[in-house]
Amino acid sequence: MTPAAVRPLGASTRVVRRSASRPGLSPRARALAVTGVVATFFVLWEVLKWLAGDPWRIHGSLLGVRVDYEHLPPFALSIAGDLALPHVWSIVGAFFEPAQRYGPPVWEVLIGASLYTFREAFVGFVLGAVLGLALGIVFVRVRLLERAFVPYVVASQTIPLITIAPIVVIYLGASWTSVAMIAAYLTFFPVTVAALRGLRAADPRAFELLRSAAASETQVFWKLRLPASVPYLFSALRISASASVVGAIIGELPSGIPDGLGGQILQDVQYYITGPERLWATLVAAALLGILFVGLVRVAETVLTTGRYRPANA
Amino acid sequence: MTDDARPVVEIAGATKVFGTGPTAVTALESIDLAIRAGEFVSLIGPSGCGKSTLLRLIGDLTPATAGSVRVNGKPADEARRGREYGIVFQAPVLFEWRTVDRNVELPLEISGHPRAERRARALEMLNLVELGDFARAYPWQLSGGMQQRVAIARALATDPELLLMDEPFGALDEMTRERMNNEVMAIWRRTKTTVVFVTHSIPEAVFLSTRVVVMSARPGRITKVIDVDLPQPRTFETREHPRYFDLVTAVREALRQRETDGSLVEGGRGGDVAARIRAEGYT
Repeated sequence: MTPAAVRPLGASTRVVRRSASRPGLSPRARALAVTGVVATFFVLWEVLKWLAGDPWRIHGSLLGVRVDYEHLPPFALSIAGDLALPHVWSIVGAFFEPAQRYGPPVWEVLIGASLYTFREAFVGFVLGAVLGLALGIVFVRVRLLERAFVPYVVASQTIPLITIAPIVVIYLGASWTSVAMIAAYLTFFPVTVAALRGLRAADPRAFELLRSAAASETQVFWKLRLPASVPYLFSALRISASASVVGAIIGELPSGIPDGLGGQILQDVQYYITGPERLWATLVAAALLGILFVGLVRVAETVLTTGRYRPANA
Repeated sequence: MTDDARPVVEIAGATKVFGTGPTAVTALESIDLAIRAGEFVSLIGPSGCGKSTLLRLIGDLTPATAGSVRVNGKPADEARRGREYGIVFQAPVLFEWRTVDRNVELPLEISGHPRAERRARALEMLNLVELGDFARAYPWQLSGGMQQRVAIARALATDPELLLMDEPFGALDEMTRERMNNEVMAIWRRTKTTVVFVTHSIPEAVFLSTRVVVMSARPGRITKVIDVDLPQPRTFETREHPRYFDLVTAVREALRQRETDGSLVEGGRGGDVAARIRAEGYT
């Protein structure tokens, strides 16, 4: 087997393919790696607090033995203090406190808020992906339009979302649909960029092959351009998935919707002085939502491209 | 090898120039060539002699600058739109997201054949290249030689009268190449397809062809056409036939003659021409 003979059709998809096929790790090794990283992160977090955080004291008795210990960190950094950087266990503990007096625990509230935000993010993601792909298709088909409009597409992403969001809310009303629009605004861009590349990525000889078979432009699109762009599109969709969560959260802020993670963040910020770990708990929930969403895209990609690539460990 | 002498390919005064102005490169200059039905014609020559360009003119993958190229009595572009030929490139160019059988079905899909017919035809073609067992495999699961056989099956799927092959075995090792040559001969005998075959291997050209067209570079021209009168069918013994060695020598001499008379004056330009042709092919 010579390199020329087995060269993949997508001419420059090598990098994309790498990320598409997962490294040759067993699920157990992968779980171990993830846990290891998280554990190391927590240890470093607490070491920093031990060295430069707030002083603390244990004064009481354990099994009848009196304990009296005072920890005075050798250094003092304001970012390591309890207000800026609560202890890991206080953040974990925050999930199990009641959100309000006699109310459900925080984790339950956060799951509700995450689902609400996920709906906005998901609808925005779908809208953005469709719009992004459509733009890419039009631009690839009509070069003149690409020349004319791509600068504006790029410019659209340099406008801070925080200035767009209130305008959209005023136009469309303070509802979850306008938040979805705001999420879509952040989602479409990576898809357009990837489509511009991916729809042109196929081997030039593959285009010649279709020309020799007298394929129509539509057939070339469905049978070559689109399938060849799939790895590119999925790389973009993974970025878009996390961007749509960010977009949804930011969109919730000016619309005053209290039901999502954005509303939750506003509330946590108000009570930060008395309970900083609440904001951190919401932050963790938002991060988990993003990871889960990206994971879903990953699953969709795996299902769609089964068998297409040589497994990394084969 | 029928004697009805109906021309499948007729090329008259075909010239191909890449670029314009002072940087223009003449890849082919007034080529005349007629290929009759059932012939197996090899185009051989050094890099940059325009043999691939000539093949691409026949397939209407690039237009001639001057002169006429007719296939089955029609202008080349009309023949292409009528799906009258199949093509095999140096690389298999298989669609990696399609299984082997669906790769073979591709040209039939494009011409709108019903699914059941496509399936049957693809399997028939895969059996022809002895890959029936790999119908459901993905391209990456096949070796380079097997992938190229899939490409041949795909080119034959529409049962074309003309098969264009552009250095199809150039990327294979010598042993695989010889085996593939035997297979191509078997397929050619069975399908009675007219074949135009670009190669830079002298033994390959002699073994396969009924005629070998020897070309030279700068500008690309046909310098000699050698009839290969080796007995059919060509088998392993053909390569030990004394006439085979004579013909190999004849082709080699024809190629060397050009090297010694004059083209060395411009030495070093060949690479240029090759690079330009390749660049043109990839846009």
